[in-house]
Amino acid sequence: MEHRGLGWPRLPRLLEVLAALAVQAVRASAIAAASPDLSLWPMPLSVQTTPRVLHLSPDNFFFGHSSTSKAGPSCSLLQEAFRRYYDYIFGFYKWHHGSADLRVGVELQQLQVSVVLEPECDTFPKISSDESYTLLVKGPVASLTANRVWGVLRGLETFSQLIYQDFYGTFTVNESNIVDSPRFPHRGILIDTSRHFLSIKSIFKTLDAMAFNKFNVLHWHIVDDPSFPYQSITFPGLSEKGSYSSSHVYTPNDVRMVIEYARLRGIRIVPEFDSPGHTQSWGEGQKDLLTPCYNGKDPSGAFGPINPIWNTTYSFLSKFFKEISTVFPDEFIHLGGDEVDFDCWASNPEIQDFMRNKGFGRNFKKLESFYMQMVLDMISAINKSSIVWQEVFDDASKLMPGTVIQVWKVEDYTREQSKVTEAGFPVILSAPWYLDWISYGQDWKKYYAVDPLSFEGSQEQKKLVIGGEACLWGEYVDATNLTPRLWPRASAVGERLWSHKDVRGLEDAYRRLTIHRCRMLRRGIAAEPVFTGYCDHEDRM
Amino acid sequence: MKSRRWFCGCHPTSLSSSIWGRLSLQSEHSDTLTVNDEQCFLLSETVWGALRGLETFSQLVWRSPEGTFYINKTEIEDFPRFPHRGLLLDTSRHYLPLASILDTLDVMAYNKFNVFHWHLVDDSSFPYESFTFPNLTKKGSYNPATHIYTAQDVKKVIEYARLRGIRVLAEFDTPGHTLSWGPGVPGLLTPCYSGSHPSGTFGPVNPALNNTYEFMSTFFLEISSVFPDFYLHLGGDEVDFTCWKSNPDIQAFMKKKGFGEDFKKLESFYIQTLLDIVSAYGKGYVVWQEVFDNKVKVQPDTVIQIWREEMPVRYTKEMELVTSAGFRALLSAPWYLNHITYGPDWKNIYMVEPLAFEGSPEQKALVIGGEACMWGEYVDSTNLVPRLWPRAGAVAERLWSNKMLTNLDFAYKRLAHFRCELLRRGVQAQPLSVGYCDVEFEQT
Repeated sequence: MEHRGLGWPRLPRLLEVLAALAVQAVRASAIAAASPDLSLWPMPLSVQTTPRVLHLSPDNFFFGHSSTSKAGPSCSLLQEAFRRYYDYIFGFYKWHHGSADLRVGVELQQLQVSVVLEPECDTFPKISSDESYTLLVKGPVASLTANRVWGVLRGLETFSQLIYQDFYGTFTVNESNIVDSPRFPHRGILIDTSRHFLSIKSIFKTLDAMAFNKFNVLHWHIVDDPSFPYQSITFPGLSEKGSYSSSHVYTPNDVRMVIEYARLRGIRIVPEFDSPGHTQSWGEGQKDLLTPCYNGKDPSGAFGPINPIWNTTYSFLSKFFKEISTVFPDEFIHLGGDEVDFDCWASNPEIQDFMRNKGFGRNFKKLESFYMQMVLDMISAINKSSIVWQEVFDDASKLMPGTVIQVWKVEDYTREQSKVTEAGFPVILSAPWYLDWISYGQDWKKYYAVDPLSFEGSQEQKKLVIGGEACLWGEYVDATNLTPRLWPRASAVGERLWSHKDVRGLEDAYRRLTIHRCRMLRRGIAAEPVFTGYCDHEDRM
Repeated sequence: MKSRRWFCGCHPTSLSSSIWGRLSLQSEHSDTLTVNDEQCFLLSETVWGALRGLETFSQLVWRSPEGTFYINKTEIEDFPRFPHRGLLLDTSRHYLPLASILDTLDVMAYNKFNVFHWHLVDDSSFPYESFTFPNLTKKGSYNPATHIYTAQDVKKVIEYARLRGIRVLAEFDTPGHTLSWGPGVPGLLTPCYSGSHPSGTFGPVNPALNNTYEFMSTFFLEISSVFPDFYLHLGGDEVDFTCWKSNPDIQAFMKKKGFGEDFKKLESFYIQTLLDIVSAYGKGYVVWQEVFDNKVKVQPDTVIQIWREEMPVRYTKEMELVTSAGFRALLSAPWYLNHITYGPDWKNIYMVEPLAFEGSPEQKALVIGGEACMWGEYVDSTNLVPRLWPRAGAVAERLWSNKMLTNLDFAYKRLAHFRCELLRRGVQAQPLSVGYCDVEFEQT
């Protein structure tokens, strides 16, 4: 098989990962009714608990590395996680406590973490990263075992969700045995920082909440028509002229901080630089990039999508994406490719000539494909892989195998899933999960009810669905309403992408989701209510 | 308009003897604001008008790019179109911390709202701490230690509102929407029956018992003394008759009273008795439209709040019916802000014309205003502020400003600017559409 960049050989490895996940049998999930507050979200693959309880106290509990673990105190990712989770479990209850002799029952003194394989501690998470773990909670030492640090992170989150306070305030956990791994490897949230700028703080908050819900990809739709906040090192004019203001920018340091903040939570940052459409703001700082629209024989003064016929376009993009590939460590770059308006191209005489010479006739989809192919090749040449919106597949003449297609158009999306997977391309599903489309009532239920694999197709085809993304487009969203709009609605998507396909019961989901929501609130995430009710600690109380 | 740098000391001048008067439906809110070379002058008959003028003044001040404060020569004469411009908050479905209520009053003042309709209790929880019946909160609140409004809290709200020229219209909705009253007052609610046995569930307040009216008498004596506004809101909406129907004692009562099978008559009986109790305490009342629709006999100065969009008739028709019967009307039906949808719904909110119904000028004069409602099923302090503002601003302008002001582009420009101003004042108001403010919101 010919090596075409990194698309094709990568795919079988990806498929192996998916196959391994699918084979995992569901063991009996017997959740004892020991504690009414027990609520895990998302639901792990297999949970066994007993009514036997253990107590913890903040001054006598710690996270440790097992002696046989391949990771140790030098793994700063784990050290950070230990501190974080200690705070999530005990942090809100710092109080003066009395004599140490008042311990009752069996104590849980330590959660011992054991990483079995090469930890990957100082690397970036990937689509193929192993997030599986087992958690054995018993006194006095519980054990969390995982192949890689990524599984440890997931396991720590679950562990923190097992601990509750009984009626007397005692930190309690039931003896449990949990085996867990995700159903889909790509579980993402899309944020849009072009329609509205989002402060770094609000992005950090989002990453925190994502970790609480075991999301592992932040799809950063960083620039678009209205503004260009990404501060490019090679082309500083882009943000200088294209951002809303000098303070509405992401400096290289900002970007580095976001990437590291995410990495420590096992979250990949997949940047999207959408083209050739959705690029108005690029034209402010980069002259002669966008297509001049014409009114008959004369330029109208307006500009359209990126001009696909000039060599300067491609030399610019080449340099630009070279920078992107060094700034963003993830293997994937999202190239966009959606909603290209052909009117401007069609009005431009130079483009008309080009179309004629190329034999494209009046079919602008061919021109669009021509452009996308050039950019896709550029990305392969710099050893990255591409994700694109579905139009690139729908309008394509031919597309490089391994290109990931994000299905977003709501109408007949299951049919699109069939078509894309039939042609052999991996799919990310977003169509039923546009969270910016708010409505009155408990819409989380409809997000929860989606089955990403309910389309016509063979087993092989189904394996090509690598996951999904909840999208929060920014036309009506900024830091004032982002968090309550995302959470806990996105949590429904989180469980759908992590948990076993049979975890669908709405009543149990409602019970666990309301508790999970209160937990997020405690941890500083202003998640909105699911329905009438209350949390012990309300926001702003 | 010429600009003049102005270091202003504005002295609001009040002329009327009612300067320290109580805030009421009739309170005058008109004012005149003059800014020119000689003087900077805010003239008003009452303090309430002065408050409105101060808000307007604050919105006139702007800064140049270098940071210099400016105000243009201006001459403003202002008064509200409708005297009752309200906002409803629901603190039963979700408890709202005191800070959230006080903050809302601040932003109401920025928008010249002047009535805070406090829907204190409902089925879900009873957070109002009653001193005559402390068990109501002890047994009916979400958490009697934390999710309550003490007498002090209530006083704080009333005074905070008063200082902003905002009346507090308290609502204690009965006979329906009262499940949370039950645990604290055994025997108050109707036990529902399954055949010949109690099913264990409860329904609306039991209208067939004398105890009920004794309770209401004592309870509303407290409420009348706690809330100084002339009006109380007595609810009366969505009474479900099935439980009453199932109960044999009530069936017997119906027979005794000669009501036949018409439970609307029973509902009327309850409400009439309640209204008489409340009138005796020297209070007026506002009720939801069902009280009118079900032909309850009410005092002529009752205010009817119209909230149902299509049933039993379109709300514009309801306005016609209510006003032609001679009652004053409050419009809420098209202004349920808890009904969120995708996109710039502020436009639909703005384009509502409260007097667009068939009626004589006398009838139209009976429309005293309206209220934006933020019901609490899906709302608490995590999302209240962005959901309320700036959308409620569209209602505020519709109720204050001239009816000719309907140009959406003009409104958008001002409302978008106002939204950035709200951010500057620390209000977590959400965006109207794509764009930015110089200073964005940052979570503290």
